[in-house]
Order: sequence, then C-alpha cells, then structure tokens
Amino acid sequence: MSDDTTTTSPAVIALAWALVGIPLAYGLWQTLVKASALFTG
Amino acid sequence: MSRLDKKAIVAGPGYSRWLIPPAALAVHLSIGQVYAFSVFKNSLVASFDTSLTAIGWVFSIAIVMLGLSAAVLGTWVERSGPRKAMLAAALCWGVGFMVGSAGIATGQLWLLYLGYGVIGGIGLGIGYISPVSTLIKWFPDRPGLATGMAIMGFGGGALIASPLSNKLMAVYDPDFVSTEPGAVASGSALASTFVTLGIVYTVFMLIGAALVRVPPGHGDDSTAEHSPGSNGALVRASQAIRTPQFWFLWVVLFCNVTAGIGILEQAAPMIQDFFRENGDSSVTAAAAGGFVGVLSLANMIGRFVWSSLSDRIGRKPTYVMYLGVGLVLYLLLALFGSSSTFVFVALAVVIISYYGGGFATVPAYLKDLFGTLEVGAIHGRLLTAWAAAGVAGPLIVNGILDTVGEPGNLVAADYRPALLTMVGVLAVGFVANLMIKPVSEDHFDDDAHAANEDRISNRKEALR
Repeated sequence: MSDDTTTTSPAVIALAWALVGIPLAYGLWQTLVKASALFTG
Repeated sequence: MSRLDKKAIVAGPGYSRWLIPPAALAVHLSIGQVYAFSVFKNSLVASFDTSLTAIGWVFSIAIVMLGLSAAVLGTWVERSGPRKAMLAAALCWGVGFMVGSAGIATGQLWLLYLGYGVIGGIGLGIGYISPVSTLIKWFPDRPGLATGMAIMGFGGGALIASPLSNKLMAVYDPDFVSTEPGAVASGSALASTFVTLGIVYTVFMLIGAALVRVPPGHGDDSTAEHSPGSNGALVRASQAIRTPQFWFLWVVLFCNVTAGIGILEQAAPMIQDFFRENGDSSVTAAAAGGFVGVLSLANMIGRFVWSSLSDRIGRKPTYVMYLGVGLVLYLLLALFGSSSTFVFVALAVVIISYYGGGFATVPAYLKDLFGTLEVGAIHGRLLTAWAAAGVAGPLIVNGILDTVGEPGNLVAADYRPALLTMVGVLAVGFVANLMIKPVSEDHFDDDAHAANEDRISNRKEALR
C-alpha cells in the first residue's frame, strides 16, 4: 500500500489531520499546563 | 448495495492511506472521553444525592460493555466494514449521552447506567475495534505504527474531554468553578453538557466514517488478498480462540493492564503518601494533580512510541520489555520510590507508558500470529482481558490498601504489598509472553489459505 501513486490532494490530507490534530493539541496543551503544577506546585 | 457496505467504500486508485489514521483518530479521540468520566463524579454524586460508589458503577458498566460488545460484535464489525461500524459506534455513543442526560434531568440513575453505561459502552466496543483491521490492511508494512496512532487517540480523547467538560459545565452553570476543591455543577448544567458532548462526538465520529476507506481489493473478504501471519497463518476468529497463543496473549494483556491500573487508580493520593512524614506530605494537592497529568501524557505517548518501535524490534521482544523491564521498574518503585520525587515520577512515567504501549501493540501482535483474515474480530475477543483487568486491578489494589488504611493518609511502606503483588502479576504475564509460539498449521483456514496463495501468485505473475 505505498503512497507512490497517490492522487489525493495534500490539502485534503492536511485538512483531515488538522481536524483531529487541533483538538488533540488543545488537550495536550491543557494537560501540560496541569502537569506543570508537578514542578511548580 | 448500501453506501455503508464494505464494497461501497473501496478506495479508488491513488487514495492516500494517510487519510485513514485521521478517520480512526476521529473515532478514538471521541470514545476516549470515557477515561475523563471522573470530571463528572462530584457533580453526579450531588445531583443524584448518592454515593461515589453508585456513580463509579457508570464507568465500570461502560468498560465491561466495551469488552463484551467488542468480543460479541467483532465478527460483525469485520464483515460489515469500518464505515458501518463507525456509524453504529457514533449512534450508540451519541444516544448513550442523550439517554444519560435524560437520566440526570429526571433524577433516574438507572437511565444513566443504561445510557452512558450500556448503550454508550456498546458504542465504545464497536468504535474501539472499528478502524483497527482496516489500518492493519492499509499499513501491512507498519501495523504497529498504524494502530499505535489510532489507539493513541483513545488516550488523547481523555486529555481533550476533561478540560472541555469543565468548560461546558461552567458555561451552563456560571457558579461552577472547576478549580475550586469540591466544586459541583448543577443537574441541569450536567444534563446540558451531556447533550452537547453527545452531539459533538456523534458529528466528529461521522466525519471519520465518511473519510474511511478499505484498501483496493478488500471490498469482499472472500476474494481479498490477506497478509498472513509470520508463519503464513490465516486463522478465523472462531478458531483463534481455540489456540493457546490467543489465551497466552489474553493473559499478557490482562497482566499488563492490571499492573498499570494499580498506579493509575491511586496516582494522586499515592504520590502524596510516598512523601509523607509525620502526617504531612511534601507533595501538594496541586502537584499531585500535575502528576496525574504527567501520567496521562505518558500513557498517550507510550501508545504511539512503543507500538511503532515494535515494527522494528518485533512484537514478542516489545512485550518482554513491557513486562520484564516493567517488573523491575515496579520493584524499584516499591523499594526506592520514596527516595526522591524525581525517581518516583520517572519510574511511574515509564511504567504507564508501557501500560499504554501494551494496548496499542496488541493488534499488530495478533496480525503476526493469526494474519489479517479476521484480525479485527480476534482483537475484539481479546479485549475481554481489558474488561476483566478493569475489574481485577482496582479490586486487588483497593483490597490490599484497605487493610492498611485510607489512601491519602498512608506512607510509602503501606504501598509495598500492593506493588509487590503487581510485580508478581507482571511476572505471570512475562512467562505467558515467552510461551507464545507461532500458531500450528492445524488452526489455519485451509480454504482461505489456498485461495490467498493463488491470489498472491497471480498478482506476482501479473507483475512480471
């Protein structure tokens, strides 16, 4: 299943990843803020 | 032919396989909310005027239903294809929130059990396994990486749901301040939050269902070219559960999950207890909350990193690491964990990363043993180990700790019996992993095997 011959637009792939990546980044950021209390609290 | 059928979602020429992980993540990020259920606990206890144990049952029912539905419906998921399964999961998960919301609004706890626990739990089981088989088929060269990405989403889902739920409750109940100790949201705010989450998750999962495709040639299982296991195995789910390899792997997963839950379940009080002298802990409540956050990150990252590594070093050595190194780390935690917070946190982080890795690597291990013929259905049956560990882990830890006192008022030495018990649990899993050998040819599906050989040779012939 190589991607050598893909005809899918890179923009579509980027959009799909952004759709899941943005909420995940939000969750990661919120968790990092919470986790920082371990070192500062 | 329905637009949901497997035949209708065969990828056209040139469809990028890198669209499949986001489709899987859309589902797993949504259902991963279940691990953030604890954010509702205080508010639900107040709303229903009941005990923490009664509310705790909601989560337990959901996890048991996850295991049961994955086991019972695994073959249906395999045959129906990922789109139909994702749609079913989205509907169950969304309806589960709605029914749960109705239960909160009317003060009927049994509706919350039925909605979030039973209906939502079925959505969890279907959703969890829905993309796994498809990912392995799209990434036969890197199955650990592919399933690691999706199952990482299950860990990530909780990271999103926790702050999101707190914000929603604050929007619907302006008096609710999540950072205040013992803060509770009103029943109507809880019910509205459940409705909002139900809608958001259903839409998000449906986007995943719309995006997913099966690889070319996989529209019909009877004519698809399957990737055999390491010794050429192609085994059906009904036959797989008759092999010792399946049950050894069941024990491996059970032990790995049980040991991980041992720490996760008590993380916040545990770190405070480990550094308690003369009744006072040197670790503040805020720092203990931060420790829980650090473990959540380790759980999520471990799923991706270790599962991807397994593509390079092999599945069996990876589980030797999870269970063998994990065993040593657990021992070090029990004996030297209280020497410094750095040592304690470092050991716990690696242990929990192995816990997450164990979940993410197991589909690829199944593929190596049984081939891709019905790997999704076999994975579904194996997840009963998770449900069993979800009950056994807390029972073991709480049972041992109950004999010495209440977590939050203990000292490091009080945890030693529980931690050493987990060392023993990991040792059992370690031995079970060593016992796993390639599946005997007696269990191969002869018809599927012969037809697959023909298809492979025909393809190679055509390429010449």
